[in-house]
Amino acid sequence: MANIQEKIAKLYPSASVEQADTLTITVDDAQWHALAQTLRDECSMDYLVTIVGMDWKESLGCIYYLMSSKTNEIVAVKVSTTDRERPMLHSVADLWRVACLYEREVYDFYGIIFIGNPDMRRLFLNIDWKGFPLRKDYDEDPALNPVSIENERQTDLTDTWVEEADGKVVKKEVEVFSPEDFVVNIGPQHPATHGVLRFRTAVDGEEIKKIDVYMGYIHRGVEKLCESLTYPQTLHYMDRLDYFSAHNYHHGLCLLYERAAGIEISRRAQVIRVMMDELSRIASHCLFIGTYCMDLGATTMLFYTLRVREQILDIMEKTCGARMTFNYDCIGGVMQDLAPDFVKDVHALLDVLPANIKEYNKIFTGNVIARHRMEGVGVLSREDAISYAVTGPSGRASGWACDMRKLKPYSIYSELDFNEVIAEEGDSMARFKVRLLEIEESAKILAQLVDNIPEGEYCVKVPKVLKIPAGQYFEIVEGCRGAFALYLESDGTTKPYRLKIAPPCLPLAGVVDHITRGTKIADLITIGGSLDYIVPDMDR
Amino acid sequence: MEVTTKSMPYEAWKDNEYIEKLVNELKESGTNVIVGQLDKLINWGRSNSIWPLTFATSCCGIEFVSLGAARFDMARFGWEVARASPRQADFMMVAGTIVNRMVPVFRRLYDQLAEPKYVIACGSCAISGGPFRKSYHVAKGIEEIVPVDVFVPGCPPRPEAMIYGIMQLSRKIKVEKFFGGVNRQEKQQEFLDSHPVSGVND
Repeated sequence: MANIQEKIAKLYPSASVEQADTLTITVDDAQWHALAQTLRDECSMDYLVTIVGMDWKESLGCIYYLMSSKTNEIVAVKVSTTDRERPMLHSVADLWRVACLYEREVYDFYGIIFIGNPDMRRLFLNIDWKGFPLRKDYDEDPALNPVSIENERQTDLTDTWVEEADGKVVKKEVEVFSPEDFVVNIGPQHPATHGVLRFRTAVDGEEIKKIDVYMGYIHRGVEKLCESLTYPQTLHYMDRLDYFSAHNYHHGLCLLYERAAGIEISRRAQVIRVMMDELSRIASHCLFIGTYCMDLGATTMLFYTLRVREQILDIMEKTCGARMTFNYDCIGGVMQDLAPDFVKDVHALLDVLPANIKEYNKIFTGNVIARHRMEGVGVLSREDAISYAVTGPSGRASGWACDMRKLKPYSIYSELDFNEVIAEEGDSMARFKVRLLEIEESAKILAQLVDNIPEGEYCVKVPKVLKIPAGQYFEIVEGCRGAFALYLESDGTTKPYRLKIAPPCLPLAGVVDHITRGTKIADLITIGGSLDYIVPDMDR
Repeated sequence: MEVTTKSMPYEAWKDNEYIEKLVNELKESGTNVIVGQLDKLINWGRSNSIWPLTFATSCCGIEFVSLGAARFDMARFGWEVARASPRQADFMMVAGTIVNRMVPVFRRLYDQLAEPKYVIACGSCAISGGPFRKSYHVAKGIEEIVPVDVFVPGCPPRPEAMIYGIMQLSRKIKVEKFFGGVNRQEKQQEFLDSHPVSGVND
């Protein structure tokens, strides 16, 4: 950390550096691109975690969260502009490939134009949407943006803003697809897109030339909704983003609030939370295997894997009272104590798990058709995985050690003995196998904890009206599909001023175009399935 | 007339009033014996093989997957033939939130379903917008977009609730008239006339 601070102070004397929750650098827009280049190349900040769009009322801006894949340090960079009519910042899409998508998101929510970004279209909202919804002065009048049953307008053109030699910024129109391209539409209603995602796919014969991903078919505006709710009320949305990682996401947000409010939770609650996280992970990966095999035509696998999933859901139901949206972790611990049968049930699960995994391998992994469809299909290199911020099992299948349970150990993960599963191939088969092996690792964690659940209270006393001291807070945890980052800006009241949710699935969808170029169109289903994105998670 | 389905005792149903209302309507409109018997036969066939469209936007869709798997096994009732194409499906289980951008797509899917078609609003999001009702980008209930036959509350509804919901639909199909005016479909025509979409018949 210290050497980053020194380097920045030497190279960019006008930038201010402060060590708050995270090392935060505030810099002028004019110097931002150069600073970004320095951070990436000289401080190995090669993973762009998220870009948080901000409206500070008197100014608009962005906070870039960067992480080093070598040293695991996190740095935040704050860039802002006071122009509210035509806010402009410089793009870093040329440095981190995922930035292109993140900047489109910020543009969609705040209307900040990024100079140099090749594709400045809206991301989630439709092309004719009026206003920028996450701005504090957004007019929510439904008459402005009515629910319409008419098809939305669509164009093959996109805008880009280019800075010319004399410093003048001009708008240019660029083609996404040229008139010669043969464009096939896939989705949003398509069983293999795992939700309502839409790909416009340009094909040359059977080969994919380019994919343009359309999102927002399930964009529910969770971030804006959170701003009008109190802290405990915001928790329940975490169940409904990536509904398989409900516990993990809850865990992340609770950690963030607890750290910000200075609440210490009991050891028992920590153990319960970690056990629930790992149970979710097993259930989630089981469903992945089932649906993925179904995408590839092996329908029967779904029935085998859902057997384990149902067993886990039973365990959760007994304790949490629900099969899916649990709302179990709360600020200060967990909602309810464990059900009396919990230990017995987890033992029963751990007993049947190895036989089940063996069965999955026997039925599917070694199958010659499955191997031909998965091996060598959709290869993603380690560098690209980092640049596209592909985390989670998909990133680890490309050889990038990106498990936040290891890199930024939270809760009791640092005391646990488990391996981070990493593969080198980076193809669909590797992504599939990593998940299978992760089930075993999660089972290992459960086995360590199940007989050692300490006694104690499951929830500590927290103030009825929770206020979080003004400031910025950042938390990153491992969901079932990758790194789940949260950013909170508090103004000292009972409601968040800004809660940014950075889901793992958005970059997963962003990388589809890159991976599928040049592959056959039939492989799109294999590749998309192996990335295992959840659409409500990316759309929020 | 006691309308029931899948050997469920009539008393076990929670809401018999509306079905009795439909039965009365049916009785009042009157028909001859042969047509009535044919109606019965057709409805028996239809109500026992209602095929869903594979359509899910969010959490409820996963419970729908569970419904299809071995434990809840909707194949027991003849609903397991989930179709990916709306042209081949009978009903649409709207599982998940419908947001502004999805509305035209959703409406088109409905228009593409072959007659007779039915809609089940599954989960609180589809019914009213649910926890996202106050959002700037969520349709407040699908009833404004398509006519709905059955509402299944829950967030998400348990698979058992979904079974109950589809069984209600199957009961409703049993009291339809195939020849000349259909109770439900008159309502549907009214709805479609008041919610026109341009370009559908082009």
